[in-house]
Amino acid sequence: MSNEFKLISDWIQPDSRVLDLGCGDGELLNYLIKTHNVNGYGMELDPDKTTQALGNGINVIQTDLNSYDLTYYFDEDSFDYVIMTQALQVVSRPDELLDEMLSIGKNCIITFPNFGHWRNRAQLMFGGTMPETETLPYHWFDTPNIHMCTFKDFEKLCEDKHIKVVARTVVNSEHESSLGMRIAPNLLGEVALYQIRKK
Amino acid sequence: MSITNPTVTHYLAVNQPLQLTSGATLPEYELAYETYGQLNEDKSNAILICHALSGDQHVAGIDANGKKGWWDGYIGPGKVIDTDKFFVVCSNNLGGCRGSTGPTSINPQNGKVYGPDFPIVTCKDWVQSQNLLREHLDVEQWAALIGGSMGGMQVLQWAIDFPEKVRHAIVIAAAPKLSAQNIAFNEVARRAIMSDPDFHDGRFIEHDTIPKRGLTLARMLGHLTYLSDDMMGVKFGRELREGKLQYNYEVEFQVESYLRYQGEKFATKQNFDANTYLLMTKALDYFDPAADFEHDLSKALAQATAKFLVVSFTSDWRFSPQRSHEIVKALLDNDADVSYAEVKSEHGHDAFLLPNPHYEGVFRNYMKRVHQDTLAAEAQK
Repeated sequence: MSNEFKLISDWIQPDSRVLDLGCGDGELLNYLIKTHNVNGYGMELDPDKTTQALGNGINVIQTDLNSYDLTYYFDEDSFDYVIMTQALQVVSRPDELLDEMLSIGKNCIITFPNFGHWRNRAQLMFGGTMPETETLPYHWFDTPNIHMCTFKDFEKLCEDKHIKVVARTVVNSEHESSLGMRIAPNLLGEVALYQIRKK
Repeated sequence: MSITNPTVTHYLAVNQPLQLTSGATLPEYELAYETYGQLNEDKSNAILICHALSGDQHVAGIDANGKKGWWDGYIGPGKVIDTDKFFVVCSNNLGGCRGSTGPTSINPQNGKVYGPDFPIVTCKDWVQSQNLLREHLDVEQWAALIGGSMGGMQVLQWAIDFPEKVRHAIVIAAAPKLSAQNIAFNEVARRAIMSDPDFHDGRFIEHDTIPKRGLTLARMLGHLTYLSDDMMGVKFGRELREGKLQYNYEVEFQVESYLRYQGEKFATKQNFDANTYLLMTKALDYFDPAADFEHDLSKALAQATAKFLVVSFTSDWRFSPQRSHEIVKALLDNDADVSYAEVKSEHGHDAFLLPNPHYEGVFRNYMKRVHQDTLAAEAQK
Protein backbone atom coordinates (compact mmCIF):
# COMPACT_ATOMS: atom_id res chain seq x y z
CA MET A 1 0.00 0.00 0.00
CA SER A 2 1.51 3.29 -1.05
CA ASN A 3 2.09 5.95 1.54
CA GLU A 4 0.03 8.36 -0.50
CA PHE A 5 -3.04 6.14 -0.10
CA LYS A 6 -2.48 5.97 3.67
CA LEU A 7 -2.29 9.76 3.80
CA ILE A 8 -5.52 10.03 1.80
CA SER A 9 -7.30 7.52 3.99
CA ASP A 10 -6.54 9.72 7.03
CA TRP A 11 -8.89 12.29 5.52
CA ILE A 12 -11.76 9.89 4.84
CA GLN A 13 -14.61 9.42 7.31
CA PRO A 14 -15.74 5.81 7.76
CA ASP A 15 -18.88 4.61 5.92
CA SER A 16 -18.73 7.42 3.37
CA ARG A 17 -19.48 7.38 -0.34
CA VAL A 18 -16.44 7.72 -2.53
CA LEU A 19 -15.77 8.20 -6.23
CA ASP A 20 -12.20 7.53 -7.35
CA LEU A 21 -11.38 9.13 -10.70
CA GLY A 22 -8.64 7.37 -12.61
CA CYS A 23 -8.91 4.49 -10.15
CA GLY A 24 -6.41 2.27 -11.96
CA ASP A 25 -6.66 -1.30 -10.72
CA GLY A 26 -8.82 -0.14 -7.81
CA GLU A 27 -6.13 -0.43 -5.12
CA LEU A 28 -7.07 2.76 -3.27
CA LEU A 29 -10.79 2.08 -3.37
CA ASN A 30 -10.23 -1.50 -2.26
CA TYR A 31 -8.12 -0.25 0.64
CA LEU A 32 -10.78 2.29 1.64
CA ILE A 33 -13.51 -0.36 1.43
CA LYS A 34 -11.52 -2.63 3.76
CA THR A 35 -10.27 -0.01 6.23
CA HIS A 36 -13.06 2.60 6.16
CA ASN A 37 -16.07 0.60 4.97
CA VAL A 38 -16.70 3.10 2.18
CA ASN A 39 -18.81 2.36 -0.86
CA GLY A 40 -18.74 3.88 -4.29
CA TYR A 41 -17.24 3.59 -7.72
CA GLY A 42 -14.01 3.84 -9.56
CA MET A 43 -13.73 5.45 -12.97
CA GLU A 44 -10.98 4.47 -15.36
CA LEU A 45 -10.27 4.84 -19.04
CA ASP A 46 -7.60 2.19 -19.55
CA PRO A 47 -9.19 -1.15 -20.61
CA ASP A 48 -6.60 -3.34 -18.87
CA LYS A 49 -6.84 -1.42 -15.61
CA THR A 50 -10.64 -1.52 -15.80
CA THR A 51 -10.46 -5.28 -16.16
CA GLN A 52 -8.08 -5.54 -13.18
CA ALA A 53 -10.31 -3.30 -11.06
CA LEU A 54 -13.26 -5.58 -11.88
CA GLY A 55 -11.18 -8.56 -10.83
CA ASN A 56 -10.40 -6.76 -7.57
CA GLY A 57 -14.10 -6.53 -6.81
CA ILE A 58 -14.44 -2.81 -7.52
CA ASN A 59 -17.49 -1.28 -9.15
CA VAL A 60 -15.74 0.39 -12.03
CA ILE A 61 -17.18 2.57 -14.79
CA GLN A 62 -15.00 2.83 -17.89
CA THR A 63 -15.04 6.48 -18.87
CA ASP A 64 -12.89 9.07 -20.57
CA LEU A 65 -12.86 12.02 -18.19
CA ASN A 66 -11.79 14.27 -21.07
CA SER A 67 -14.88 13.65 -23.15
CA TYR A 68 -17.49 12.78 -20.57
CA ASP A 69 -19.12 15.18 -18.18
CA LEU A 70 -19.28 13.73 -14.66
CA THR A 71 -22.47 15.64 -14.01
CA TYR A 72 -24.21 13.44 -16.64
CA TYR A 73 -23.77 10.41 -14.40
CA PHE A 74 -24.04 11.99 -10.95
CA ASP A 75 -26.23 14.54 -9.23
CA GLU A 76 -24.90 17.35 -7.06
CA ASP A 77 -23.26 16.19 -3.83
CA SER A 78 -23.69 12.50 -4.71
CA PHE A 79 -20.44 11.65 -2.96
CA ASP A 80 -18.82 12.49 0.35
CA TYR A 81 -15.45 12.37 -1.40
CA VAL A 82 -14.36 12.56 -5.00
CA ILE A 83 -10.73 11.53 -5.21
CA MET A 84 -8.29 11.96 -8.06
CA THR A 85 -4.71 10.89 -7.54
CA GLN A 86 -1.99 11.91 -9.97
CA ALA A 87 -4.36 12.56 -12.84
CA LEU A 88 -5.16 16.28 -12.79
CA GLN A 89 -2.12 17.00 -14.93
CA VAL A 90 -3.09 14.50 -17.65
CA VAL A 91 -6.64 15.70 -18.38
CA SER A 92 -7.37 18.20 -21.12
CA ARG A 93 -9.19 20.77 -18.97
CA PRO A 94 -8.24 20.41 -15.31
CA ASP A 95 -10.15 23.56 -14.39
CA GLU A 96 -13.41 22.22 -15.83
CA LEU A 97 -12.91 18.80 -14.29
CA LEU A 98 -12.39 20.49 -10.90
CA ASP A 99 -15.76 22.19 -11.28
CA GLU A 100 -17.41 18.86 -12.10
CA MET A 101 -15.74 17.17 -9.14
CA LEU A 102 -16.79 19.91 -6.75
CA SER A 103 -20.33 19.72 -8.09
CA ILE A 104 -20.83 16.00 -7.49
CA GLY A 105 -18.67 15.70 -4.34
CA LYS A 106 -18.99 17.40 -0.98
CA ASN A 107 -15.22 17.07 -0.57
CA CYS A 108 -12.55 16.50 -3.18
CA ILE A 109 -9.10 15.09 -2.69
CA ILE A 110 -6.52 15.74 -5.35
CA THR A 111 -2.86 14.81 -5.58
CA PHE A 112 -0.42 15.98 -8.24
CA PRO A 113 3.30 16.51 -8.78
CA ASN A 114 4.78 19.96 -8.19
CA PHE A 115 6.48 21.45 -11.23
CA GLY A 116 7.89 24.16 -8.96
CA HIS A 117 10.13 21.75 -7.04
CA TRP A 118 13.71 23.06 -6.91
CA ARG A 119 15.08 20.11 -8.90
CA ASN A 120 12.72 20.90 -11.79
CA ARG A 121 13.60 24.56 -11.58
CA ALA A 122 17.31 23.73 -11.50
CA GLN A 123 17.17 21.41 -14.51
CA LEU A 124 15.42 24.05 -16.57
CA MET A 125 17.56 26.91 -15.31
CA PHE A 126 21.01 25.31 -15.39
CA GLY A 127 20.57 22.45 -17.81
CA GLY A 128 18.14 24.22 -20.08
CA THR A 129 16.16 21.01 -20.48
CA MET A 130 12.71 19.93 -19.45
CA PRO A 131 12.90 18.28 -16.02
CA GLU A 132 13.11 14.50 -15.65
CA THR A 133 12.86 13.33 -12.05
CA GLU A 134 11.52 10.41 -10.02
CA THR A 135 8.19 12.20 -9.72
CA LEU A 136 8.21 13.22 -13.38
CA PRO A 137 9.95 10.29 -15.03
CA TYR A 138 9.16 11.21 -18.66
CA HIS A 139 10.78 12.89 -21.62
CA TRP A 140 9.15 16.07 -22.86
CA PHE A 141 7.89 14.21 -25.94
CA ASP A 142 6.33 11.14 -24.31
CA THR A 143 4.90 12.59 -21.12
CA PRO A 144 1.20 12.09 -20.43
CA ASN A 145 1.36 15.26 -18.34
CA ILE A 146 -0.08 18.00 -20.48
CA HIS A 147 -0.99 20.52 -17.79
CA MET A 148 1.85 20.68 -15.28
CA CYS A 149 1.45 23.21 -12.52
CA THR A 150 3.09 24.28 -9.27
CA PHE A 151 1.41 24.30 -5.89
CA LYS A 152 1.25 28.06 -6.20
CA ASP A 153 -0.54 27.80 -9.57
CA PHE A 154 -3.07 25.36 -8.15
CA GLU A 155 -3.79 27.51 -5.13
CA LYS A 156 -4.18 30.55 -7.37
CA LEU A 157 -6.75 28.61 -9.43
CA CYS A 158 -8.58 27.63 -6.26
CA GLU A 159 -8.64 31.24 -5.16
CA ASP A 160 -9.95 32.46 -8.52
CA LYS A 161 -12.64 29.77 -8.50
CA HIS A 162 -13.61 30.41 -4.87
CA ILE A 163 -12.58 26.91 -3.92
CA LYS A 164 -11.78 26.36 -0.26
CA VAL A 165 -8.55 24.50 0.49
CA VAL A 166 -9.46 22.49 3.59
CA ALA A 167 -6.15 20.72 4.05
CA ARG A 168 -2.83 20.30 2.28
CA THR A 169 -0.04 17.81 2.80
CA VAL A 170 3.20 18.26 0.94
CA VAL A 171 5.54 15.31 0.60
CA ASN A 172 8.51 14.03 -1.38
CA SER A 173 8.43 11.28 -3.96
CA GLU A 174 8.39 8.69 -1.15
CA HIS A 175 5.41 10.54 0.31
CA GLU A 176 7.32 11.61 3.39
CA SER A 177 7.14 15.07 4.83
CA SER A 178 9.87 17.20 6.39
CA LEU A 179 10.26 20.52 8.14
CA GLY A 180 11.71 22.12 5.01
CA MET A 181 8.72 21.08 2.96
CA ARG A 182 6.43 22.64 5.50
CA ILE A 183 8.39 25.89 5.40
CA ALA A 184 8.93 26.12 1.62
CA PRO A 185 6.44 23.71 0.08
CA ASN A 186 6.49 25.11 -3.44
CA LEU A 187 10.28 24.84 -3.59
CA LEU A 188 10.89 21.63 -1.67
CA GLY A 189 7.67 19.63 -2.03
CA GLU A 190 7.41 17.06 -4.83
CA VAL A 191 3.84 15.87 -4.47
CA ALA A 192 0.91 17.59 -2.80
CA LEU A 193 -2.33 16.19 -1.44
CA TYR A 194 -5.12 18.73 -1.35
CA GLN A 195 -8.51 18.47 0.24
CA ILE A 196 -10.83 21.06 -1.24
CA ARG A 197 -14.51 21.96 -1.23
CA LYS A 198 -16.90 24.62 -2.47
CA LYS A 199 -16.78 27.83 -0.45
CA MET B 1 -12.84 -27.23 -24.36
CA SER B 2 -16.35 -27.59 -25.62
CA ILE B 3 -19.28 -29.58 -24.39
CA THR B 4 -18.72 -32.88 -26.16
CA ASN B 5 -21.91 -34.88 -25.66
CA PRO B 6 -24.65 -33.97 -28.12
CA THR B 7 -26.92 -31.45 -26.40
CA VAL B 8 -30.55 -32.34 -25.81
CA THR B 9 -33.55 -30.05 -26.00
CA HIS B 10 -36.02 -30.38 -23.15
CA TYR B 11 -39.60 -29.20 -23.19
CA LEU B 12 -41.54 -27.63 -20.38
CA ALA B 13 -45.28 -27.91 -20.97
CA VAL B 14 -47.22 -25.21 -19.15
CA ASN B 15 -50.91 -25.98 -18.87
CA GLN B 16 -51.92 -22.78 -17.16
CA PRO B 17 -52.93 -19.80 -19.30
CA LEU B 18 -50.49 -16.95 -19.75
CA GLN B 19 -52.00 -13.50 -19.56
CA LEU B 20 -50.12 -11.47 -22.18
CA THR B 21 -49.29 -7.78 -22.05
CA SER B 22 -51.42 -7.22 -25.16
CA GLY B 23 -54.51 -8.37 -23.28
CA ALA B 24 -54.68 -11.68 -25.13
CA THR B 25 -54.33 -15.00 -23.33
CA LEU B 26 -52.28 -17.98 -24.38
CA PRO B 27 -54.19 -20.98 -23.01
CA GLU B 28 -51.20 -23.31 -22.86
CA TYR B 29 -47.67 -23.45 -24.22
CA GLU B 30 -44.36 -25.25 -24.29
CA LEU B 31 -40.88 -23.87 -23.73
CA ALA B 32 -37.93 -25.55 -25.41
CA TYR B 33 -34.70 -25.30 -23.42
CA GLU B 34 -31.22 -26.76 -23.08
CA THR B 35 -29.04 -27.03 -20.00
CA TYR B 36 -25.29 -27.51 -19.54
CA GLY B 37 -23.29 -28.33 -16.43
CA GLN B 38 -24.69 -29.50 -13.10
CA LEU B 39 -27.11 -27.79 -10.80
CA ASN B 40 -25.46 -27.81 -7.37
CA GLU B 41 -27.15 -29.18 -4.28
CA ASP B 42 -28.58 -25.92 -3.00
CA LYS B 43 -29.40 -24.79 -6.56
CA SER B 44 -27.45 -21.56 -6.24
CA ASN B 45 -25.35 -21.86 -9.41
CA ALA B 46 -27.97 -21.55 -12.16
CA ILE B 47 -27.47 -19.02 -14.95
CA LEU B 48 -30.11 -18.12 -17.52
CA ILE B 49 -28.92 -16.98 -20.93
CA CYS B 50 -31.44 -14.89 -22.86
CA HIS B 51 -31.23 -15.03 -26.64
CA ALA B 52 -31.25 -12.30 -29.25
CA LEU B 53 -33.58 -11.84 -32.23
CA SER B 54 -32.76 -14.93 -34.27
CA GLY B 55 -31.31 -17.02 -31.44
CA ASP B 56 -32.66 -20.15 -29.81
CA GLN B 57 -32.11 -22.52 -26.91
CA HIS B 58 -29.02 -24.14 -28.43
CA VAL B 59 -26.48 -21.73 -26.99
CA ALA B 60 -23.54 -24.05 -26.27
CA GLY B 61 -22.07 -27.40 -27.25
CA ILE B 62 -22.92 -29.43 -30.33
CA ASP B 63 -26.39 -30.76 -31.00
CA ALA B 64 -27.34 -34.08 -32.57
CA ASN B 65 -27.07 -32.50 -36.04
CA GLY B 66 -23.52 -31.36 -35.35
CA LYS B 67 -24.53 -27.71 -35.02
CA LYS B 68 -22.54 -25.55 -32.63
CA GLY B 69 -24.40 -23.39 -30.10
CA TRP B 70 -24.69 -19.71 -31.00
CA TRP B 71 -22.53 -18.60 -28.03
CA ASP B 72 -20.34 -21.68 -27.76
CA GLY B 73 -17.22 -19.49 -27.76
CA TYR B 74 -18.15 -18.16 -24.34
CA ILE B 75 -19.93 -21.10 -22.68
CA GLY B 76 -18.38 -24.45 -21.78
CA PRO B 77 -15.87 -26.10 -19.43
CA GLY B 78 -13.20 -23.54 -18.49
CA LYS B 79 -14.75 -20.87 -20.71
CA VAL B 80 -15.90 -17.43 -19.56
CA ILE B 81 -19.26 -18.87 -18.51
CA ASP B 82 -17.77 -22.00 -17.01
CA THR B 83 -20.06 -25.03 -17.13
CA ASP B 84 -17.77 -26.75 -14.58
CA LYS B 85 -18.96 -24.14 -12.08
CA PHE B 86 -22.36 -23.09 -13.32
CA PHE B 87 -25.56 -24.75 -14.42
CA VAL B 88 -26.38 -22.89 -17.62
CA VAL B 89 -29.93 -22.73 -18.96
CA CYS B 90 -31.13 -21.27 -22.24
CA SER B 91 -34.69 -21.35 -23.53
CA ASN B 92 -36.22 -20.52 -26.88
CA ASN B 93 -38.41 -17.45 -26.48
CA LEU B 94 -42.15 -17.87 -26.62
CA GLY B 95 -43.24 -17.09 -30.17
CA GLY B 96 -40.01 -18.61 -31.48
CA CYS B 97 -39.70 -21.27 -34.12
CA ARG B 98 -37.20 -23.66 -32.54
CA GLY B 99 -39.43 -25.72 -30.31
CA SER B 100 -41.17 -23.25 -28.04
CA THR B 101 -44.79 -22.56 -28.83
CA GLY B 102 -44.97 -20.01 -31.61
CA PRO B 103 -46.50 -19.27 -35.00
CA THR B 104 -45.39 -22.67 -36.39
CA SER B 105 -47.15 -24.58 -33.56
CA ILE B 106 -50.63 -26.03 -33.72
CA ASN B 107 -53.32 -23.89 -32.17
CA PRO B 108 -55.09 -26.29 -29.76
CA GLN B 109 -58.35 -24.40 -30.23
CA ASN B 110 -58.77 -25.26 -33.91
CA GLY B 111 -56.09 -27.83 -34.66
CA LYS B 112 -54.50 -25.58 -37.29
CA VAL B 113 -51.10 -23.93 -37.42
CA TYR B 114 -51.15 -20.61 -35.51
CA GLY B 115 -49.39 -18.64 -38.23
CA PRO B 116 -50.42 -14.97 -38.01
CA ASP B 117 -52.98 -15.80 -35.29
CA PHE B 118 -50.24 -16.30 -32.73
CA PRO B 119 -50.70 -13.43 -30.28
CA ILE B 120 -48.13 -10.64 -30.05
CA VAL B 121 -45.76 -11.33 -27.18
CA THR B 122 -43.53 -8.82 -25.39
CA CYS B 123 -40.33 -8.91 -23.42
CA LYS B 124 -42.40 -8.87 -20.23
CA ASP B 125 -44.28 -11.97 -21.43
CA TRP B 126 -41.01 -13.77 -22.14
CA VAL B 127 -39.80 -13.01 -18.65
CA GLN B 128 -43.09 -14.31 -17.19
CA SER B 129 -42.72 -17.56 -19.12
CA GLN B 130 -39.03 -17.92 -18.23
CA ASN B 131 -39.95 -17.44 -14.60
CA LEU B 132 -42.09 -20.57 -14.81
CA LEU B 133 -39.05 -22.38 -16.17
CA ARG B 134 -37.14 -21.14 -13.12
CA GLU B 135 -39.83 -22.58 -10.85
CA HIS B 136 -39.81 -25.83 -12.79
CA LEU B 137 -36.03 -26.12 -12.31
CA ASP B 138 -36.58 -25.36 -8.63
CA VAL B 139 -34.12 -22.47 -8.74
CA GLU B 140 -34.88 -19.86 -6.09
CA GLN B 141 -32.56 -17.19 -7.50
CA TRP B 142 -30.50 -17.09 -10.70
CA ALA B 143 -26.79 -16.70 -9.93
CA ALA B 144 -26.78 -14.53 -13.05
CA LEU B 145 -28.91 -13.56 -15.99
CA ILE B 146 -26.90 -12.88 -19.09
CA GLY B 147 -27.91 -11.57 -22.49
CA GLY B 148 -26.70 -9.59 -25.47
CA SER B 149 -28.82 -7.28 -27.62
CA MET B 150 -32.47 -8.38 -27.27
CA GLY B 151 -31.16 -10.82 -24.63
CA GLY B 152 -29.82 -7.88 -22.62
CA MET B 153 -33.26 -6.29 -22.72
CA GLN B 154 -34.78 -9.43 -21.21
CA VAL B 155 -32.14 -9.28 -18.46
CA LEU B 156 -33.19 -5.69 -17.66
CA GLN B 157 -36.85 -6.71 -17.63
CA TRP B 158 -36.08 -9.64 -15.32
CA ALA B 159 -34.19 -7.38 -12.89
CA ILE B 160 -37.20 -5.03 -12.76
CA ASP B 161 -40.03 -7.61 -12.70
CA PHE B 162 -38.45 -10.24 -10.44
CA PRO B 163 -35.73 -8.41 -8.51
CA GLU B 164 -35.32 -11.03 -5.81
CA LYS B 165 -34.79 -13.76 -8.40
CA VAL B 166 -31.69 -12.14 -9.93
CA ARG B 167 -28.30 -11.98 -8.15
CA HIS B 168 -26.27 -10.65 -11.07
CA ALA B 169 -27.49 -9.06 -14.29
CA ILE B 170 -25.15 -8.89 -17.27
CA VAL B 171 -26.47 -6.60 -19.99
CA ILE B 172 -24.42 -6.61 -23.19
CA ALA B 173 -24.81 -4.42 -26.30
CA ALA B 174 -28.36 -3.50 -25.35
CA ALA B 175 -30.55 -0.41 -25.03
CA PRO B 176 -33.25 0.63 -22.58
CA LYS B 177 -35.65 1.03 -25.51
CA LEU B 178 -35.46 1.26 -29.28
CA SER B 179 -34.82 4.56 -31.03
CA ALA B 180 -36.99 5.76 -33.92
CA GLN B 181 -34.20 4.63 -36.26
CA ASN B 182 -34.16 1.14 -34.72
CA ILE B 183 -37.94 0.87 -35.11
CA ALA B 184 -37.70 2.15 -38.69
CA PHE B 185 -35.23 -0.61 -39.60
CA ASN B 186 -37.53 -3.19 -38.04
CA GLU B 187 -40.48 -1.82 -39.99
CA VAL B 188 -38.63 -2.06 -43.31
CA ALA B 189 -37.71 -5.67 -42.46
CA ARG B 190 -41.34 -6.47 -41.67
CA ARG B 191 -42.58 -4.79 -44.83
CA ALA B 192 -40.10 -6.81 -46.86
CA ILE B 193 -41.57 -10.01 -45.43
CA MET B 194 -45.21 -8.97 -45.63
CA SER B 195 -45.00 -7.76 -49.22
CA ASP B 196 -43.57 -11.08 -50.44
CA PRO B 197 -46.27 -12.76 -52.62
CA ASP B 198 -45.48 -16.03 -50.85
CA PHE B 199 -46.40 -14.51 -47.46
CA HIS B 200 -50.16 -15.10 -47.96
CA ASP B 201 -51.08 -12.85 -45.02
CA GLY B 202 -48.94 -15.02 -42.78
CA ARG B 203 -50.66 -18.29 -43.79
CA PHE B 204 -47.72 -19.44 -45.90
CA ILE B 205 -47.41 -22.79 -44.10
CA GLU B 206 -50.96 -23.69 -45.12
CA HIS B 207 -50.08 -22.60 -48.68
CA ASP B 208 -46.94 -24.73 -48.49
CA THR B 209 -44.71 -21.80 -49.37
CA ILE B 210 -42.01 -19.74 -47.61
CA PRO B 211 -41.70 -15.98 -48.13
CA LYS B 212 -38.03 -16.50 -48.91
CA ARG B 213 -37.46 -13.26 -50.78
CA GLY B 214 -38.96 -11.17 -47.98
CA LEU B 215 -37.07 -13.05 -45.29
CA THR B 216 -33.84 -12.73 -47.27
CA LEU B 217 -34.30 -8.98 -47.58
CA ALA B 218 -35.24 -8.63 -43.91
CA ARG B 219 -32.12 -10.51 -42.86
CA MET B 220 -29.89 -8.58 -45.27
CA LEU B 221 -31.12 -5.36 -43.72
CA GLY B 222 -30.74 -6.73 -40.20
CA HIS B 223 -27.27 -8.01 -40.94
CA LEU B 224 -26.27 -4.63 -42.29
CA THR B 225 -27.18 -3.00 -38.98
CA TYR B 226 -25.12 -5.55 -37.06
CA LEU B 227 -21.90 -4.70 -38.91
CA SER B 228 -19.82 -1.55 -38.81
CA ASP B 229 -18.77 0.53 -41.78
CA ASP B 230 -15.10 0.07 -40.85
CA MET B 231 -15.40 -3.69 -40.62
CA MET B 232 -17.15 -3.93 -43.99
CA GLY B 233 -14.52 -1.63 -45.46
CA VAL B 234 -11.73 -3.87 -44.19
CA LYS B 235 -13.46 -7.12 -45.14
CA PHE B 236 -14.83 -6.18 -48.56
CA GLY B 237 -13.87 -2.65 -49.52
CA ARG B 238 -15.10 -2.13 -53.07
CA GLU B 239 -13.74 -5.48 -54.17
CA LEU B 240 -15.43 -6.87 -57.27
CA ARG B 241 -16.54 -10.44 -57.72
CA GLU B 242 -15.61 -10.68 -61.41
CA GLY B 243 -12.63 -8.35 -61.29
CA LYS B 244 -14.27 -5.67 -63.43
CA LEU B 245 -17.46 -3.67 -63.54
CA GLN B 246 -20.28 -5.36 -65.47
CA TYR B 247 -22.64 -2.38 -65.70
CA ASN B 248 -25.71 -4.43 -64.84
CA TYR B 249 -27.82 -5.27 -61.78
CA GLU B 250 -26.27 -8.62 -60.97
CA VAL B 251 -24.01 -9.07 -57.97
CA GLU B 252 -20.88 -7.07 -58.71
CA PHE B 253 -19.36 -6.11 -55.41
CA GLN B 254 -18.22 -8.72 -52.90
CA VAL B 255 -20.23 -7.06 -50.14
CA GLU B 256 -23.43 -7.59 -52.17
CA SER B 257 -22.61 -11.24 -52.56
CA TYR B 258 -21.91 -11.59 -48.84
CA LEU B 259 -25.16 -9.94 -47.82
CA ARG B 260 -27.19 -12.07 -50.24
CA TYR B 261 -25.50 -15.20 -48.94
CA GLN B 262 -26.31 -14.26 -45.32
CA GLY B 263 -29.92 -13.44 -46.19
CA GLU B 264 -30.52 -16.56 -48.25
CA LYS B 265 -28.86 -18.81 -45.67
CA PHE B 266 -31.22 -17.45 -43.05
CA ALA B 267 -34.33 -17.80 -45.21
CA THR B 268 -33.64 -21.25 -46.62
CA LYS B 269 -31.04 -23.29 -44.74
CA GLN B 270 -31.90 -22.02 -41.26
CA ASN B 271 -35.59 -22.19 -42.07
CA PHE B 272 -36.45 -19.31 -39.76
CA ASP B 273 -40.18 -18.69 -39.55
CA ALA B 274 -41.28 -15.38 -41.08
CA ASN B 275 -44.06 -14.85 -38.53
CA THR B 276 -41.56 -15.36 -35.71
CA TYR B 277 -39.33 -12.70 -37.28
CA LEU B 278 -42.27 -10.29 -37.34
CA LEU B 279 -43.15 -11.14 -33.77
CA MET B 280 -39.63 -10.73 -32.40
CA THR B 281 -39.05 -7.38 -34.10
CA LYS B 282 -42.39 -6.17 -32.73
CA ALA B 283 -41.40 -7.28 -29.22
CA LEU B 284 -38.21 -5.25 -29.64
CA ASP B 285 -40.20 -2.19 -30.73
CA TYR B 286 -42.52 -2.48 -27.74
CA PHE B 287 -39.73 -2.93 -25.20
CA ASP B 288 -39.76 0.06 -22.87
CA PRO B 289 -39.54 -0.91 -19.18
CA ALA B 290 -39.57 2.76 -18.13
CA ALA B 291 -43.05 3.21 -19.63
CA ASP B 292 -44.63 1.68 -16.51
CA PHE B 293 -42.64 4.10 -14.33
CA GLU B 294 -43.56 7.52 -15.71
CA HIS B 295 -41.05 6.99 -18.52
CA ASP B 296 -38.25 7.33 -16.01
CA LEU B 297 -35.68 4.56 -16.38
CA SER B 298 -34.17 5.40 -12.99
CA LYS B 299 -37.54 4.76 -11.37
CA ALA B 300 -37.92 1.51 -13.31
CA LEU B 301 -34.49 0.29 -12.23
CA ALA B 302 -35.16 1.37 -8.63
CA GLN B 303 -37.00 -1.96 -8.45
CA ALA B 304 -33.82 -3.88 -9.23
CA THR B 305 -31.61 -5.28 -6.49
CA ALA B 306 -29.19 -7.24 -8.69
CA LYS B 307 -25.57 -6.35 -9.21
CA PHE B 308 -24.97 -5.23 -12.79
CA LEU B 309 -22.33 -5.48 -15.45
CA VAL B 310 -23.06 -3.40 -18.54
CA VAL B 311 -20.92 -3.82 -21.67
CA SER B 312 -21.00 -1.92 -24.95
CA PHE B 313 -18.88 -1.93 -28.11
CA THR B 314 -17.38 1.17 -29.68
CA SER B 315 -18.41 0.45 -33.29
CA ASP B 316 -21.93 -0.74 -32.43
CA TRP B 317 -24.23 1.79 -34.02
CA ARG B 318 -27.39 -0.29 -33.65
CA PHE B 319 -27.17 -0.01 -29.85
CA SER B 320 -24.32 2.42 -29.40
CA PRO B 321 -22.32 2.92 -26.16
CA GLN B 322 -24.51 5.97 -25.60
CA ARG B 323 -27.50 3.64 -25.09
CA SER B 324 -25.56 1.68 -22.47
CA HIS B 325 -24.64 4.95 -20.74
CA GLU B 326 -28.39 5.53 -20.27
CA ILE B 327 -28.67 2.19 -18.48
CA VAL B 328 -25.56 2.85 -16.38
CA LYS B 329 -26.78 6.31 -15.43
CA ALA B 330 -30.17 4.98 -14.33
CA LEU B 331 -28.41 2.36 -12.19
CA LEU B 332 -26.05 4.94 -10.70
CA ASP B 333 -29.08 7.09 -9.83
CA ASN B 334 -30.13 4.18 -7.64
CA ASP B 335 -26.66 3.67 -6.11
CA ALA B 336 -26.73 0.17 -7.60
CA ASP B 337 -23.70 -2.07 -7.75
CA VAL B 338 -22.75 -1.53 -11.36
CA SER B 339 -19.68 -1.84 -13.52
CA TYR B 340 -19.42 -0.71 -17.09
CA ALA B 341 -16.96 -1.59 -19.83
CA GLU B 342 -16.79 0.01 -23.25
CA VAL B 343 -14.99 -2.48 -25.44
CA LYS B 344 -13.05 -1.32 -28.46
CA SER B 345 -14.09 -3.39 -31.46
CA GLU B 346 -14.51 -2.86 -35.18
CA HIS B 347 -17.16 -5.56 -35.48
CA GLY B 348 -20.25 -3.46 -34.79
CA HIS B 349 -23.21 -4.94 -32.95
CA ASP B 350 -22.04 -8.47 -33.75
CA ALA B 351 -19.00 -7.93 -31.50
CA PHE B 352 -20.79 -9.37 -28.48
CA LEU B 353 -20.63 -12.84 -30.03
CA LEU B 354 -17.01 -12.65 -31.22
CA PRO B 355 -13.62 -13.21 -29.56
CA ASN B 356 -12.07 -10.06 -28.07
CA PRO B 357 -9.40 -10.05 -25.33
CA HIS B 358 -10.71 -6.98 -23.44
CA TYR B 359 -14.30 -8.23 -23.57
CA GLU B 360 -13.27 -11.68 -22.43
CA GLY B 361 -11.11 -10.25 -19.62
CA VAL B 362 -13.92 -8.09 -18.30
CA PHE B 363 -16.45 -10.89 -18.62
CA ARG B 364 -14.17 -13.49 -17.01
CA ASN B 365 -13.29 -11.26 -14.05
CA TYR B 366 -16.92 -10.43 -13.52
CA MET B 367 -17.90 -14.11 -13.67
CA LYS B 368 -15.36 -14.72 -10.89
CA ARG B 369 -17.41 -12.34 -8.79
CA VAL B 370 -20.59 -14.20 -9.74
CA HIS B 371 -18.89 -17.43 -8.68
CA GLN B 372 -17.73 -15.97 -5.35
CA ASP B 373 -21.27 -14.78 -4.62
CA THR B 374 -22.55 -18.23 -5.55
CA LEU B 375 -20.19 -19.83 -3.04
CA ALA B 376 -21.27 -17.27 -0.44
CA ALA B 377 -24.94 -18.07 -1.12
CA GLU B 378 -24.09 -21.76 -0.75
CA ALA B 379 -22.31 -21.15 2.58
CA GLN B 380 -25.31 -19.23 3.90
CA LYS B 381 -27.67 -22.18 3.50
